[in-house]
Amino acid sequence: MKKRTFQPPCSKLKFEVLSAHDINKIHEAALEVMEETGVRFPSHRALDVFEEAGCEVDRDSMIARLPADLVIRSLRQAPTRFVLAGRDPKDDLFIDDRTSHLSTDGCAVDVYDLQSGELRRSNREDIVNACKIADYLPEISYIWGPPVSAQDVPAHIRPLHEIEASMEGTTMHIQPETVINRDIAHYALEMASAVAGGKEKLRERPVFSYMQCATDPLGQDGGSLEASMVAAEWGIPTGFMPMPMSCATAPATMAGNLVVTTVDAVSPLVLMQLINPGTPVYFAAAPTALDIQTGGYTGGGPEDFLLAAAFSEICHFYQIPLAVGGFATGAKLPDWQAAVDNSFAGLMPVLTNTSIINGAGTLNGSKIFSLQALIMDAEIYNIIAKTSQGINVNDETLAVDLIKQTGPGGNYLAAKHTRRHMRDLWRPVVYDRKPYGSWEESGRRGAYEEATDLARWIIDNHEVEPLPEEVKKEFAEIIKKADRELGR
Amino acid sequence: MDKNELLNKMKTAVLEGEIEDGEGLAKEALSAGLDPLECIEQGFVAGINEVGDLYEQGDMFLPELVAAAEVMKEALNVLEPELQKSQQSRDIHGRVLIGSVANDIHDIGKDIVASMLTASGFDVTNLGIDVPTETFISKARELTPDIMGLSALLTTTMPEQQKVVEALEEEGLKDKIKVMVGGAPVDKQWASKIKADGFAENAVEAVKVAKGLVGK
Repeated sequence: MKKRTFQPPCSKLKFEVLSAHDINKIHEAALEVMEETGVRFPSHRALDVFEEAGCEVDRDSMIARLPADLVIRSLRQAPTRFVLAGRDPKDDLFIDDRTSHLSTDGCAVDVYDLQSGELRRSNREDIVNACKIADYLPEISYIWGPPVSAQDVPAHIRPLHEIEASMEGTTMHIQPETVINRDIAHYALEMASAVAGGKEKLRERPVFSYMQCATDPLGQDGGSLEASMVAAEWGIPTGFMPMPMSCATAPATMAGNLVVTTVDAVSPLVLMQLINPGTPVYFAAAPTALDIQTGGYTGGGPEDFLLAAAFSEICHFYQIPLAVGGFATGAKLPDWQAAVDNSFAGLMPVLTNTSIINGAGTLNGSKIFSLQALIMDAEIYNIIAKTSQGINVNDETLAVDLIKQTGPGGNYLAAKHTRRHMRDLWRPVVYDRKPYGSWEESGRRGAYEEATDLARWIIDNHEVEPLPEEVKKEFAEIIKKADRELGR
Repeated sequence: MDKNELLNKMKTAVLEGEIEDGEGLAKEALSAGLDPLECIEQGFVAGINEVGDLYEQGDMFLPELVAAAEVMKEALNVLEPELQKSQQSRDIHGRVLIGSVANDIHDIGKDIVASMLTASGFDVTNLGIDVPTETFISKARELTPDIMGLSALLTTTMPEQQKVVEALEEEGLKDKIKVMVGGAPVDKQWASKIKADGFAENAVEAVKVAKGLVGK
């Protein structure tokens, strides 16, 4: 199988959801809420930091009110660009606020078994396999996750096993979302430091970054906050992910949702900058709407698409990179609905130059992981990336001489110009373009069947640079220590 | 330039689709006293075979095959008459007569098939577009092809394919010439209904079907 290359897109197409005036209104509204109502930070350590910075803090309700000037100063301190390092430097990602990188989705609990096709609970081996496939696919830039939960290892040390399994499957950057308390964060960072070659080296080349979920509206999770405070001390990039759901944890209106999203993304950034000014922080967001019939998570739909694009524009205003949730369809199978959801949810952030799109590979609102879906999502992203390049107009591409020379009724098949440029045309990996007869003869094989074969081939044939023996030993010791101390 | 150098140049010209070099290289080889058959087989066909392999591996694409076939065609225009003079013949899979049927003015698909067949070692005569049934028949008598390829892009011109097959039957040529049909609206059912011997949905399949029809 030939190794393909892929350039993460930096969209040239112009697309706008919010006007500059709209963005300013949302910004002002968020500042007003942070200053007057405040945000709940359920961690005394975090409240200490705010108090020291002169914020008004209520210890009973655990709410800190953040003055607008402090918020704006903090936004200035956070860098616009940073590196998310791979275990192998060839996988380093240069995060700016223009180029769009796709990651896997995180922490599904069920998988479609690749051999039987049956749905079952996920395990450690599924992480290795999902990461291996992500490692092979050039469209996937890093691992958010773990892609699935390692439910066959004890819960108190599960996040550490998940990090290890991810690293067995890939040399790319890892962004664990399951490191959600102070203790586990320490062990996880010890593992990262073992890979990077020490705490100082880790600061230079963070092979890890964190993503923490907010507790919308106007609140953060205590454990996540403390884990991220550890990360800030270590200089590890952290993102905070609000997921306000219109009608439930946000106003029904999309503008109101964006105010909540902004408050819940920006307020923890202030904390990070107070702890370690200049610490890379990125915004993350998966604003969505409630399914007003069932009360469930929609995992796609027009509101999600618009909210993601709009929040991306707000983040450009702040010049802070954004990670949005995309590709997290609510469909139960990698079917028509999944393709519709993931095409829109991938296209909108790319067109708004969003830095990171999290989510390839899952179904059922991020609860089911499918290796075929991962491959097909990568192909959707490849189509989006190609589309976002737009059309180049210059003398060479206009080809006027060639058109005149070929004249009416001729063809351009054998022209050198054709051979010079034909490889720029998009070509599929799993997309079905077979003639009908061949399709019929193949047993009606489409993209899903192609993706199944490719997934099996990758697992059997793709070789990932193994973790060095000494790192493996260190991992084993760290996990043993964690097991002893956290397992009590 | 010595013989091997020239043969290599022919191969390279095919691989790189240098259409304008086909004729020149053939002439140069003849004036250097090279055997035309050797030029074809060791030079141009060697290139064509390599292009075919690269295509199969996914390293080359259709426009490159077409360009390679064009180089070969240019060279053959010079070399074939010389072969005939010395009463030699090149090794071919068979002779193909191809054209778009009467009232059908679409040629690109048919031309791609013609190029691919040339590139695969068939001797192809392309009659062009809007070819009347009578012309197919008279050319068939003249050139005694192994295969006749009939292209139709429209449902309204498809019946012309049937007319040609019927005319071949009437003229007693149907048993001697295998008929292949193609074009967007054409399918297997139509092909068997009008008693065509082969059908393909694209140029790559057409080559396979053609080879099958001549027992290669």
